[in-house]
Amino acid sequence: MIFPKIRVLRSHGRQAIPDLDAVELTSEFRGRPELTEPADAESRTALDEAAALCPTGALAAAPFALDLGRCLFCGECARRAPQSIRFTNDYRLGSPTREGLVLRPGDRRVEFDRKEVRPEICRCFGRTLKLREVSAGGDASVEMELGATGNVNFDLGRHGISFTASPRHADGVVVSGPVTRNMAEALDICYDAVAEPKILVACGTDACSGGLFAESRAVDRSFFERHRVDLWLPGTPTHPMVFIDGVRTLLGLKTRQ
Amino acid sequence: MNYLITDNTSGAVRLRDIPETDYASFYDDLRTRLSDSRWHVGHYFALPEEEARLRFYLLLLDDATGQVLIGSFAREYYDDTALPSLTALHAQMHPFEREIAERWGIRFDGMPWPKPLRFPFDRYDRNSTMDNYPFYAMEGGSLHEVNVGPIHAGIIEPGAFRFICNGEQVLHLEIALGYQHRGVEHLFAATRNRLRQLCLAEAAAGDSAVAHATACVETIEKLAGTARPAQLAPERLVALELERMAMQIADTGALSMDVGYQLGQVACEALRTMTINTTQAWCGNRFGKNLIRPLGTDHPLTAEKAAMIRRNVAEIARRYDEVRHDIKSSPTLLARFEQCGIVPREEMLRIGGVGQAARASGAARDIRASHPWGLFAGTLAHESIVKTQGDVMARLMVRCREVLQSAGCIDRLLEGFVPAETRRPDYGAPLAPRSLAFGLVEGWRGETLHVALTDDRGDIAAYRIKDPSLHNWMALALAVRGEGISDFPICNKSFNLSYCGHDL
Ligand code: SF4
Repeated sequence: MIFPKIRVLRSHGRQAIPDLDAVELTSEFRGRPELTEPADAESRTALDEAAALCPTGALAAAPFALDLGRCLFCGECARRAPQSIRFTNDYRLGSPTREGLVLRPGDRRVEFDRKEVRPEICRCFGRTLKLREVSAGGDASVEMELGATGNVNFDLGRHGISFTASPRHADGVVVSGPVTRNMAEALDICYDAVAEPKILVACGTDACSGGLFAESRAVDRSFFERHRVDLWLPGTPTHPMVFIDGVRTLLGLKTRQ
Repeated sequence: MNYLITDNTSGAVRLRDIPETDYASFYDDLRTRLSDSRWHVGHYFALPEEEARLRFYLLLLDDATGQVLIGSFAREYYDDTALPSLTALHAQMHPFEREIAERWGIRFDGMPWPKPLRFPFDRYDRNSTMDNYPFYAMEGGSLHEVNVGPIHAGIIEPGAFRFICNGEQVLHLEIALGYQHRGVEHLFAATRNRLRQLCLAEAAAGDSAVAHATACVETIEKLAGTARPAQLAPERLVALELERMAMQIADTGALSMDVGYQLGQVACEALRTMTINTTQAWCGNRFGKNLIRPLGTDHPLTAEKAAMIRRNVAEIARRYDEVRHDIKSSPTLLARFEQCGIVPREEMLRIGGVGQAARASGAARDIRASHPWGLFAGTLAHESIVKTQGDVMARLMVRCREVLQSAGCIDRLLEGFVPAETRRPDYGAPLAPRSLAFGLVEGWRGETLHVALTDDRGDIAAYRIKDPSLHNWMALALAVRGEGISDFPICNKSFNLSYCGHDL
């Protein structure tokens, strides 16, 4: 009975990523896009076509801008207009403001404006942060990626950041999904149950803007009009590294250059 | 009753070729037919038509011959006479009759379980809301109720569970869903942007993105009627089997966690990471979103990628088999998993259970074998893995065997792989007007069915999605009957059903 266990253990080896701040994702990963103003009529037409095809209206051709908060990272625009849009594998996508997610030609990073971070966040949560996750129409992929942040590979718990079962034990709420009408009240109750000071994270493109469901009559986004979001994290789903980088940057444990 | 008979490899059918009968013969036919487990309902829904009519469509799957029978009946939109309920005879009809009642206000006479299904935004009765869901109640001095949700302790989707218990023992579990309703089907038909439609299909249940995207492109390609590059068939299958491996491994880990078997949990976490990172190294997304596209692909397999996938899959299978072996040789685990949460075969068939949960109860429902599509219909015959016990252990062992089976399947598909010409996706191919087409595939949870109807111009006028969870939530409710409430977590995870796939 013990030998099968030893065999599993030996194959398992050491799994934890040694330094979470040094992670580099595969070159196939679609992270932060880089935009270049189209130089000729041909690439201008290609960009117009890409904007027309964009499934969520995240891409605007004139003035040229790409809103990560609405982007599904499907990569279709970059294939239609390769001269103007190129996806990099940079996962540092989180922003303390919604406007910070809008990228324009020449932008070479997602700005993290520290002035927008409430001072009590670093003071109260810099050493430990317990979060309550609420899925309000999330499609299970964002939720699984949030779960993965604590798994044997990412092991975010080593930095004192983890998820808790009760809002009463939490320092903040992470919302995934566009916020369905049928979940709106439960989300409110959960958020109110967290003691002040607390933080609010919008995780995933659906949470940031409604994503594919922005115009759906089954969605009620008034929660985000009533509460200030401290961290916006785009992605379909949000990669664990986007979450880890975003939260650590918010807490002042990491800087973005 | 007359049906239009087709199968899972034939093209779209014209709407006017679908025979229309009256409800009496529809009812009579299903009454007898559904007594034989050879047939089960794939989908049954109603759509408004011109001249103030409501037309009801039925897709009936015949497991013995692989045929798909399409039938219909119609009635006046404002006709409010009640129809005799088929659920009263065949419990498998319940989600469909509940949906039709909830959406269109149709009354089913003698319906034993007249409950809301998902509280859609366009429901008939606006007074029926999440807050007043009519939970079943039992009276008795020794009984108590336990309410869980909609928000659960873990990082999962919302749904409300209400247990009626006698002490520790569960007498009844009722599952109220609808919290995840986003209006997917409505949005699908409201747009003509086919890329957006594909993204919506992938979001129907994000943990089954490949299965739903495959069902969607099958539907659209049938309507487009053009041949697709041959290379797409093996690529799509590799993607689907990778998704199956990833999720079955994830659930093995989740079950391990719930019984305090930490070694299995962390080993499976690492193996799942390896599987989804393989998918990511192929297409840039860990869940295979954006990988399946109509009539072409943005991520053709190269020789290097094929070799990378083969290598990783072989390593995952080897290590996962060690975990499986350890589970089977640990009496403490067997004591928790065996004889727990049993759903007997007859019950499973009665409620119309599908997929790996049904196969663990001795019901060999598997679209890959019964209604093969793509390569399964050609060179790749599939043999289903079936267990008969119907308990948590059987569901776990079906998962375990399927991981190894999928790994073998991927290996065979990629052996001697030579990249061939492929095309880029085509989002503009015109679709046949006034037609119906469906995509029917076996995802990791089970039977995933998409149905599209087009209008005069060839635009999609209505789109219906069925996630296997729609059938199987009832199986979970039955599994916990008579069990200790503390066994609920492992029963739940042995099914791991989709909330958003149910609520849409
Ligand atoms: S990658 Fe983003 S911006 Fe580009 S088409 Fe897709 S959703 Fe639109």
